[in-house]
Amino acid sequence: MQTDSGKIPSNQGIFPFRIKFEERISDVPKWYTFAISFGAVVFALLIGAIILWLAGGNPWATYAHIGRSSFGSIGVFSDTLVKATPLILVGLACSVAFRMKLWNIGAEGQFFIGAFAASAVILIPILPETAPSWLFIVVTAAAGLIGGGLYGLIPGLLKARFNVNEVISTLMLNYIAIAWNNYFIFAVWTEAGFQMSKVFPQNSWLPRLTDLGSKIPAFRGLTTHFGLVLAIIAAVIVWLILYRSRWGYEIRLIGDNPKAATYAGIPIKKHIVWVMVLSGALAGLAGMSEITGVVHRFQGAISPGYGFTGIIVAWLAKLNPFAVIFVSILFGALILAGREIQPSGVPKMIQGVILVSLIASDFLVRYKVSISRQRAEA
Amino acid sequence: MDPLIILQAGVASGTVLLFATLGGIFNERSGIMNLGIEGMMLIGAMTAFSVTAKTGLPWLGLVAAMLAAGALSQIHAFITITLQADQVVSGLALTFLGTGISLVFGEGLSKAGVISLLPVFTIPILSQIPILGKIFFENQSILVYIGYLLVPFCWWYINKTRPGLHLRAVGEYPAAADALGINVYGLRYFYVFIGGLLAGLSGATISLAISPGWFSELTTGGQGWIAIGLIIFSQWNPYRAMFGSYFFGALRRLILDIQGPAILFGFANPFYYNPYYGFFLQMLPYAFTILVLVIGSKEAIRKHLGAPAALGIPYIRGQRGI
Repeated sequence: MQTDSGKIPSNQGIFPFRIKFEERISDVPKWYTFAISFGAVVFALLIGAIILWLAGGNPWATYAHIGRSSFGSIGVFSDTLVKATPLILVGLACSVAFRMKLWNIGAEGQFFIGAFAASAVILIPILPETAPSWLFIVVTAAAGLIGGGLYGLIPGLLKARFNVNEVISTLMLNYIAIAWNNYFIFAVWTEAGFQMSKVFPQNSWLPRLTDLGSKIPAFRGLTTHFGLVLAIIAAVIVWLILYRSRWGYEIRLIGDNPKAATYAGIPIKKHIVWVMVLSGALAGLAGMSEITGVVHRFQGAISPGYGFTGIIVAWLAKLNPFAVIFVSILFGALILAGREIQPSGVPKMIQGVILVSLIASDFLVRYKVSISRQRAEA
Repeated sequence: MDPLIILQAGVASGTVLLFATLGGIFNERSGIMNLGIEGMMLIGAMTAFSVTAKTGLPWLGLVAAMLAAGALSQIHAFITITLQADQVVSGLALTFLGTGISLVFGEGLSKAGVISLLPVFTIPILSQIPILGKIFFENQSILVYIGYLLVPFCWWYINKTRPGLHLRAVGEYPAAADALGINVYGLRYFYVFIGGLLAGLSGATISLAISPGWFSELTTGGQGWIAIGLIIFSQWNPYRAMFGSYFFGALRRLILDIQGPAILFGFANPFYYNPYYGFFLQMLPYAFTILVLVIGSKEAIRKHLGAPAALGIPYIRGQRGI
């Protein structure tokens, strides 16, 4: 058996062909990486179809339905963008953290706390109902950023100070955030015993395209809201931080080679804390955008797992902030269409298959596969 | 709020965590971290319930659950061992996948009604022991008793047998193990599979014994993640895993029971007069898991008894390092 360095044993003897894996030394072209990811998604959709078929569903009808009910008209596309908005922000949150190989799985919880903080501004109330809309946007957005950021600070400190595995601490904090919000939904801000707060005053809603309907008739009924603008601004800022700042350079260096970063004297622990804060703040902003742009009241069930889908978005976008925007639109479509699909687990299942397939496909980027005919004595 | 009943129920529901944690210990001792436990537990719980509802044979459901979760674990094994991908991301993906698949196949299962469960019985003589007898040996599911036997067996297997020595070698220093002729890749696949089997058993323990039924994602409710915390807390030792699992099991029950009485330790019980405070109680297991990790990490440093040295590092034959 060949054991040259960088090769892993191939399955000799079973097939008449020899499959050889060699580690790539040079960087692969961008289109190749893209093609591999695209292929992985297509492969995943095929596997998803097989699972659906095994579960007794009609895979093609399901996929056609997803396409139609998310890109079929301007109206539904606008709804797709509404679903994409929190995904962009959460995807950015994950991208920043993952770039440093910091596994923030707590975006869901940070999203909830961001939504809580933004709601608190309106419901306590910190701002009077008559405050101007721009002031509401500034203050609720700040609240969302701070709330999510503080909630990211906890696992950041735990990791830096006690070396607590951030995967588990962020996940545990997700459950704690849900219970925290539930207390306020059930006990404090409940309206007439219902498990939701009163509807927020109109001034505090993020402006929507439909609000311009009287001036531009084409926008009538479109629900896309100002959160999308916030998300795109955030993407630009994250890109600037990661690729045009010293901090971003150090984050990337820690992610690529923590040993080199240590020798270079980069304060890794400090970066862990601040990256978690930034990541949490972005996820918190997503919560704020969702609660003031879509839900307009504080209640449970404000997220169909945005925090988790954001992980897949970040991974599929290869942690590139601009790619996050486009991938989010695709996953927004999946979530939008998924609401009407039976069985209800389908979007989650498809997301899971896509992520598995993506991770597996990464192998083809790192290794060169060559297939040759098996010789008699290999 | 009878402390004996809380402990008795704690041992029962702690058994769920115990199986998952033991599986994780095998998994991680071989050097592979598997964050997919939650997903495998859900697959196990769904399969066990579904097969039992269809056939009326809970034992068949149990075996099917273990095999289904074991099969799922092999995806993680392939991605991390053969394709050498990041174990954290792959484990997360496995949880998504397991959750998604179990939701799709579990659709409508919650209406399946009453199914036959695994037997519950009292052990004659042992149950007469004061206090301990009632906690451990009265009206427990057979799976709880299996848990008692499994813990010493796992400890003996890992620490006192030749295959156990190989297991530890593969997790501590795979290059040396390889040089001795131990099949590193094969053994890692095998122990990831064992981890899957036990996670499946853990899921089946929920749906067939401890809180029977299928409640979609709420069936496990994050217990797979608590198990991962317990693996670290246990320092990869089955006995400590047992202690931790039963503690968390008792905590779950305590949270339910503490809201019952109007007077608690001579004071007015705030959880009785304002049931909404229960939400803060619900946070406790998760907060405790974090606390346990803080304690675990400190103790691991003090005792030099930390993680298997090669945990999380893919083994590539012929490459330097461990």
